[in-house]
Amino acid sequence: MFNRQIAAFPVALALLLAACTPAPKGNAPTQSGTAAEQPQPGGTLTFIVNAEPPSFDGHRETTFALLHPIAPHYSTLYKFDPNDLTKVIPDVAAAMPEISADKLTYTIKLRTDVKFHDGSKMTSDDVVATYNKIIFPPTGVLSPRAGAYAAVDTNGITAAAPDTVTFKLKYPSASFATNLASPWNFIYSAAKLKADIHWYEKNIMGTGPFTYVSNTKGQDWIGKKFPDYFGKDKNGVQLPYLDGYKALIITDASAEVNAIRSKQAAIEFRGFTPQQRDTLSGALGTSLAIQEAPWICVNYVVPNTKKPPFDDVRVRQALTLAIDRYAGSTALQKITIVKDVGGLMRPKGPFAQADADLQKIAGFGTDGAANKAKAKQLLADAGQTNLTFKFLNRNITTPYEPVALFVIDQWKQVGITATHDVKETSAYQADLRAGNFEVALDFNCDFLDEPDLQLAKFWSASGLGKGLNFAYYDDATLDKMIDGQGRETDPAKRKALVADIEKYAMDTKAYQYPVLWWYRIIPYLSIVRGWRIGSNHYTNQDLETVWLGK
Amino acid sequence: MRRYVAGRLLLMIPTLVGVAILTFVIMRAVPGDIVALKYAGSPVPQSVIDDERHQLGLDKPMWAQFTDWMGEIAHFDLGTSLWTGHPVVEEILVRFPLSLELAIIATLLAITIAIPLGVLAAVRQDTWTDYAIRLFSIGGLAMPSFWIGLLMVLATITFFGWAPPLVFTAITDDPIANLSQMVLPALSVGYRYSAVSMRMTRSTVLEVLREDYVRTARAKGVSDSIVVLRHALRNGLVVTEQVFNLNGIGKLLVDAVAHRDYTLIQALVLLLASVFVLINFVVDMAYVVLDPRIRYS
Repeated sequence: MFNRQIAAFPVALALLLAACTPAPKGNAPTQSGTAAEQPQPGGTLTFIVNAEPPSFDGHRETTFALLHPIAPHYSTLYKFDPNDLTKVIPDVAAAMPEISADKLTYTIKLRTDVKFHDGSKMTSDDVVATYNKIIFPPTGVLSPRAGAYAAVDTNGITAAAPDTVTFKLKYPSASFATNLASPWNFIYSAAKLKADIHWYEKNIMGTGPFTYVSNTKGQDWIGKKFPDYFGKDKNGVQLPYLDGYKALIITDASAEVNAIRSKQAAIEFRGFTPQQRDTLSGALGTSLAIQEAPWICVNYVVPNTKKPPFDDVRVRQALTLAIDRYAGSTALQKITIVKDVGGLMRPKGPFAQADADLQKIAGFGTDGAANKAKAKQLLADAGQTNLTFKFLNRNITTPYEPVALFVIDQWKQVGITATHDVKETSAYQADLRAGNFEVALDFNCDFLDEPDLQLAKFWSASGLGKGLNFAYYDDATLDKMIDGQGRETDPAKRKALVADIEKYAMDTKAYQYPVLWWYRIIPYLSIVRGWRIGSNHYTNQDLETVWLGK
Repeated sequence: MRRYVAGRLLLMIPTLVGVAILTFVIMRAVPGDIVALKYAGSPVPQSVIDDERHQLGLDKPMWAQFTDWMGEIAHFDLGTSLWTGHPVVEEILVRFPLSLELAIIATLLAITIAIPLGVLAAVRQDTWTDYAIRLFSIGGLAMPSFWIGLLMVLATITFFGWAPPLVFTAITDDPIANLSQMVLPALSVGYRYSAVSMRMTRSTVLEVLREDYVRTARAKGVSDSIVVLRHALRNGLVVTEQVFNLNGIGKLLVDAVAHRDYTLIQALVLLLASVFVLINFVVDMAYVVLDPRIRYS
């Protein structure tokens, strides 16, 4: 405890200083290269990955540490447009899917010029085998995202022709088409999967722009250009532009910064803190480019509704009302990777409510003093004027500790005493899953602005939310609302349904609620061209269009 | 003497079994495991987590997991990394040459710095030379080697725009590239252990000078270096490798702990304990050779 207090002190001091200092200059989003520049082929991109990939199987894993070094070896059925990361475009598909009138059948034409790295031709059999493994994994095969395709009928994936795949759904699904662009859904060889369903856990063989060269454990991952890759740019030039890439595995934060500062690595694709950006900016000047963007990652405050007094909605409402998110944004964005105030959907994203509507939800109004007064009244009504509890958090500095310290301070201002209970990630996760906490700071990251993904934690804890919903409530009304929006294929109507869910889950019931949404900062050597930041660190990692300038 | 040596060798077995039990129990006494860690923050259903725990054998009772592991050890099999799924031996062998080389260079540096400065400080006791050397050695004791390493990298980047290479090159492939990667981490580890050794050398030489046994001083000078070797292999490298991104055993251990990779941690701790026990044994035997007054029975 004593050590934790000592560790918390510098963070608290940093928060205080941040609140008193002006915003750093020179960090406006910049991007190297212009649209008019002609891509130059050749060269090797060296980039940083700050963790080791577990297995090599994208269908099985959930970490970006797999995608960054391994995604360049693979293609997916669809992907996000590197020039407009909100738009889905075909990858090995020849066109966007043809959808039947009842929205239950998706027919997808495939390219006929796609080859695997062993020279074999990719056909619909490979796509069917791939998606059967993802959606209907056999016993012993792990597929953590199978639930995202729950609408697909059993035996509903068929190869209508060598260049045609059909998906049949049990019910219309608003998110199905975009989930076909999931960056994890690498197209695998049906022959390899037939021989050994686990083959891809330790081997690489895809249809992507780069072939596998080597992997030195704990050190690097190397790929080289696949000369038979099917991709071409708008001028008909063969992709990828790079001759190859080298991913350096660097797990120490200061070593990462030093690697870019000494120009031994050009970029790290997950993100740096504002301080790291400013250090690099000061040291490298015009050799450095910076891209920044809102991030589909967020921290939630999660009261455990199974533990009194958090079974009382007034207490939960008081907790969210006490947090002045706008003041938090101003202070915290200077020292850590959070910025925007938002509801359950990413602020400014396609499903986000207008600010005026969001501000009507408890805890999201701009009058912090009025919100706090209301919070005090609710606590008094609930007989909790001296509320004391432990606030469970994980021992990751960025952004968990500063965010938690800010929230604890906000609660203190309404008479709540929360003790920062910081645990190593595995122990923290064990407590979350065992319900062994009073209030926790949870988090979520997704590859896509998609209500089905962002609302996954809001299903009833004993139903589809098992292992995801750490507020531990069961609410049939909310389940019905979440299910309803997932089946609504009209975007405007769906957005309205999502807004209703936000009001219900964050205000009426105040089950769990965001603090601030994360903000992604990528400082990199300006020689790196053709890469555009997106609102997540999972997509746009095949390096197909990346090139190196002078 | 033979009985003593045989007894010492046999005693290594319960020592190492004790280390194995302790490591095994401590790792599992802490809440959470690799699967909880791996899926932290991902919207993964409980069924997937349960399946993965089952595949890794983490749903078995603790005694069953322990007997499985002991069975593997008895067959000289250190098991499979829970994180990568690759054999632990493979994971260690990739990193071992770098850590060994770093330990050797750091030890050589420590001895090279420590012995002359220690002797000089003793010979010029209570002069400015002595004070300066003592300040230098206390600095080494006061600062952890990873902190010294951080300062070194910052200094070379700031003043020369240079940082040690991040990718390991074997000394047999390119000695210059190898040494340019090793020199700063070896200096940061070596400086710290030279500080320990420097003070020991100084006090030893002072003692010897007072007793007027010059030959004994030389003999004890050798044992100082062995002490350094003991320390250099035991500590210091772990966090320093992380700071310099050296792909060695220390970084592997830090990563294994971060991932809660039980089999890898257990294997590494057992390996380090074995090295430590073995070096202690060799050192004790070396005393017999180096100091004719010592006889074990």
